[in-house]
Amino acid sequence: MSDSLVPVKEIEEKMETDKMWIIMGPQHPFSHGLWTLKIQVDGEIVTDAEPIVGYLHRGWEKEAENRIYPKIIPMADRLCYAASMTYTHLYCMTVEKALGIDIPEKAKYIRIVADEVCRINSHLMWLAAVGTDLGNLTVFLWAMREREYFLDLNVKLCGARMTTNYPRIGGVRNDVTELFDRDILRTVDRFEKAMWDIIALMDDSSIIVSRMKGVSYLTREQCANIGMTGPAMRGCGVDFDIRRDDPYDNYDKVDFEVPVLTEGDSYARYMIRIEEMFQSCDIIRQAVQKIRALGKNAPYRIKTPTKVPAGSAFMRMEDPRGESLMYLVSDGTDKPYRLKVRSPIFTNVSTSKVMCQGCRIADVPAILAQIDMCLGETDR
Amino acid sequence: MDTEAVYQSPSEEEVKTLLTEKFPEVEVTKTEARRVYAKLPREKVLEVCKYIQHNLTFEHCSTVIGVDYVDHMTVVYHLSNYYNGLMIELSTDLPADDLHVESVTCVWEGANWHERETYELFGIIFDNHPKLERLLTPKTYEFYPFRKSYKLRGSE
Amino acid sequence: MDLVVEYNSLLNFINFGELGLMDNAYYPFDTYNLPYAICYRLWEVLGGTIAWLLNLLFPDNGVSRWLIGEGASTLFALILFMLVMFIVVFVCTLISLWMERKCLGRMMDRRGTMVGMKGFLQCVADGLKTFMKENTLPGKIDRMTYMWTVSLVIGVSVLVACMVPLSARWYVVDYDTGLLIIMAFFALAPFFILVSGWAQNNKYALIGGMRAAELMISYEVPMLIMIATTALLAGSFNIGDIVYAQNDTVWFFIPQIIGFITFFFCATAESERLPFDIAEAEAELVEGWQTEYAGMKWGLIMLADYFRGYVACAMVTIMYLGGWTLPFIGDGPIPEIVFLLKTWFVFFLMILIRAALARVRPDQILNIGWKVFMPLSVINLAVVLLLKVGGVF
Repeated sequence: MSDSLVPVKEIEEKMETDKMWIIMGPQHPFSHGLWTLKIQVDGEIVTDAEPIVGYLHRGWEKEAENRIYPKIIPMADRLCYAASMTYTHLYCMTVEKALGIDIPEKAKYIRIVADEVCRINSHLMWLAAVGTDLGNLTVFLWAMREREYFLDLNVKLCGARMTTNYPRIGGVRNDVTELFDRDILRTVDRFEKAMWDIIALMDDSSIIVSRMKGVSYLTREQCANIGMTGPAMRGCGVDFDIRRDDPYDNYDKVDFEVPVLTEGDSYARYMIRIEEMFQSCDIIRQAVQKIRALGKNAPYRIKTPTKVPAGSAFMRMEDPRGESLMYLVSDGTDKPYRLKVRSPIFTNVSTSKVMCQGCRIADVPAILAQIDMCLGETDR
Repeated sequence: MDTEAVYQSPSEEEVKTLLTEKFPEVEVTKTEARRVYAKLPREKVLEVCKYIQHNLTFEHCSTVIGVDYVDHMTVVYHLSNYYNGLMIELSTDLPADDLHVESVTCVWEGANWHERETYELFGIIFDNHPKLERLLTPKTYEFYPFRKSYKLRGSE
Repeated sequence: MDLVVEYNSLLNFINFGELGLMDNAYYPFDTYNLPYAICYRLWEVLGGTIAWLLNLLFPDNGVSRWLIGEGASTLFALILFMLVMFIVVFVCTLISLWMERKCLGRMMDRRGTMVGMKGFLQCVADGLKTFMKENTLPGKIDRMTYMWTVSLVIGVSVLVACMVPLSARWYVVDYDTGLLIIMAFFALAPFFILVSGWAQNNKYALIGGMRAAELMISYEVPMLIMIATTALLAGSFNIGDIVYAQNDTVWFFIPQIIGFITFFFCATAESERLPFDIAEAEAELVEGWQTEYAGMKWGLIMLADYFRGYVACAMVTIMYLGGWTLPFIGDGPIPEIVFLLKTWFVFFLMILIRAALARVRPDQILNIGWKVFMPLSVINLAVVLLLKVGGVF
């Protein structure tokens, strides 16, 4: 061997490529909102990821400490534009818990209906986002079209499309409007049929399936430990749904199944949400029957005191995106002493490092679409 | 601790007796359906959390919450069991002049960001946290905006 | 020459043959060329008027005589010819752009463009808008490379689009290796994209450029094999020969059905359209290699994309769908329209695919290229060889 030959090892050392940090965001097509994902790539492979949030931090919790209890309801709407109903509902439940009151049956069922409509809304929004993240704009527009019918239901129920301002401490703002039950049953029936069009576009396309299958695998233990909740968690095999296992309002009186898959990959998380939409339809049907059975004149709201007794209370609920929790500390006045919101996405997005490691750059939007980003509640 | 029995889905009463027997410092204040409320001194937080996570199979840490009571601060942990929907609320008081508590990120990875958030908004320092930096607020902030001593402009 | 007579009888109001267009000593083509004839006639009117006006001022001057001479007429006719060729292709591309926006809109349950002439004027409005934007240049770029590469990408795309013949009488050059030359120019752009991705000093652009090169390398090979297969079947690389070979026997998509489908997808990939647009995957790479180009440059890049799409469809039409001929009719009265209709039909198929499919991941795209399209193109070659040896063609 002649001396001019450079040893292989030295060549390898010299050829070593640098890893590159790519900063995706805050204005980036995949970040549905203002946040940044720093990813470190080795060629096309992601080796590290760090999410940066906080661009939308409004000090929501501090703001709430300076308002009387009813004034926080419209603020809770603004936590997440896609799931405004569930947050308002959660806030009202937390205050009711602190007050120690029980609300009328009818209000509970109306809240269930409103919640499930909101869940379908939110999931359709997510489906639209998945469509664009995978590069299929048709799914986006078709999902948005379906969502429009449910927004119309929101209008019918409470007069607003997104920031509904509907649940109240001690019930709901108004009774279901005339023919609302008929409209919602028709919408749900129609939706279940129309949904298959979108599913045909998504699930029957081997490109979309191959984009999601087998990427970003999480085990059950990992998933529970890193604090992931919601459909993403159930896709990893954690058989837990707050609606079933820790029921609030009247969820224990309706019959539904909790879809659970053990695959733990991106596709499983996708499948869970699709199935959840159908389950929500079932819940809506049952709850509407219950509302009908209660009759027109059943009470839907009770009067509540303006001052909450001193102490603390917390409630949690199954938000469309996961477990949301509110913790209320009261000092006996008409303003909360401390109101903390636990946002599901805040924790879910902190897991993006675990989810993205080892995948490719092109997978990053497909993976992070599954946590259904919403910055209003993440940054609060 | 690892050698002890693992209770996969303990009931409220079981949790109460197990916790108080194992840790006499822990004071279970209240139990409701699927809820256990407990108070404990801050030195015991990590130990108790490890026990709860491993032996009582509370796999999920919902939140870590800071509350400013002016004379002292409280850190509240909400821990959740995925087998029976049980929740434990652990609260621990910190004196206002020594805001240190052991981090539970090594027990539940999900507590990471909640602790960071509590740190930046209340100034509670979580010892042994892997990356205790500001998260939501800019890095240049030198105050803790959620403390009661920080008044909003409109509310004075 | 009887072809020429046929054309003349159809377009006798211009009456080219009698005026001895092709007898001109400087006539630049071997055969009859319709756009050139139109331009020549146009220049005869324009140049003649100028010469006449000059002659009125300065009787019997040399410039006037030169202007109506054979050499000057050919020169100016060629300049007009260039303009005409570009404008025709430009309008065709605008129509395919409009078609994409409108069809895609309908497939997605929306209306598509709405401004004037069923939305066609939206393309014009968008063009004007991008042209009127400020010319912004990012800092820390390699300015010369940045500008040159984008010019070359656009220039090469326009050039190759102009070089596609619309019929036997509508062409720029009539090489014996016409198809290969189109393919060569078609495949040149990704090189510039790669360089441009580096010149922009942007990580997204860099990755986009790399991906473009990746894509080009893996899809060029099956495409060239299929071009060779078609040439084998037709016995020539000349576009006219290929088209008339199909007219004499059968459109080549019947014997080469595998090749047709494979080439169609390869052409989609080469023109960087969904589902193969990994070089500008907007979900993860913002706009890929175009990230740092703004305003007019971006508008032209967008247009160049559609030029490339048009060329890809034209290649499919030439190679598999009989070009400008129709079965049992042959050339027909206006073969250009037949050719364009076929091209737009292929483009419509591309739009359908874009509406239905999602973007493919770069590693999957390479897998498809090497493990699916490559073997398929070889199988296609084997089938054609069998047909050729068996004496069917």
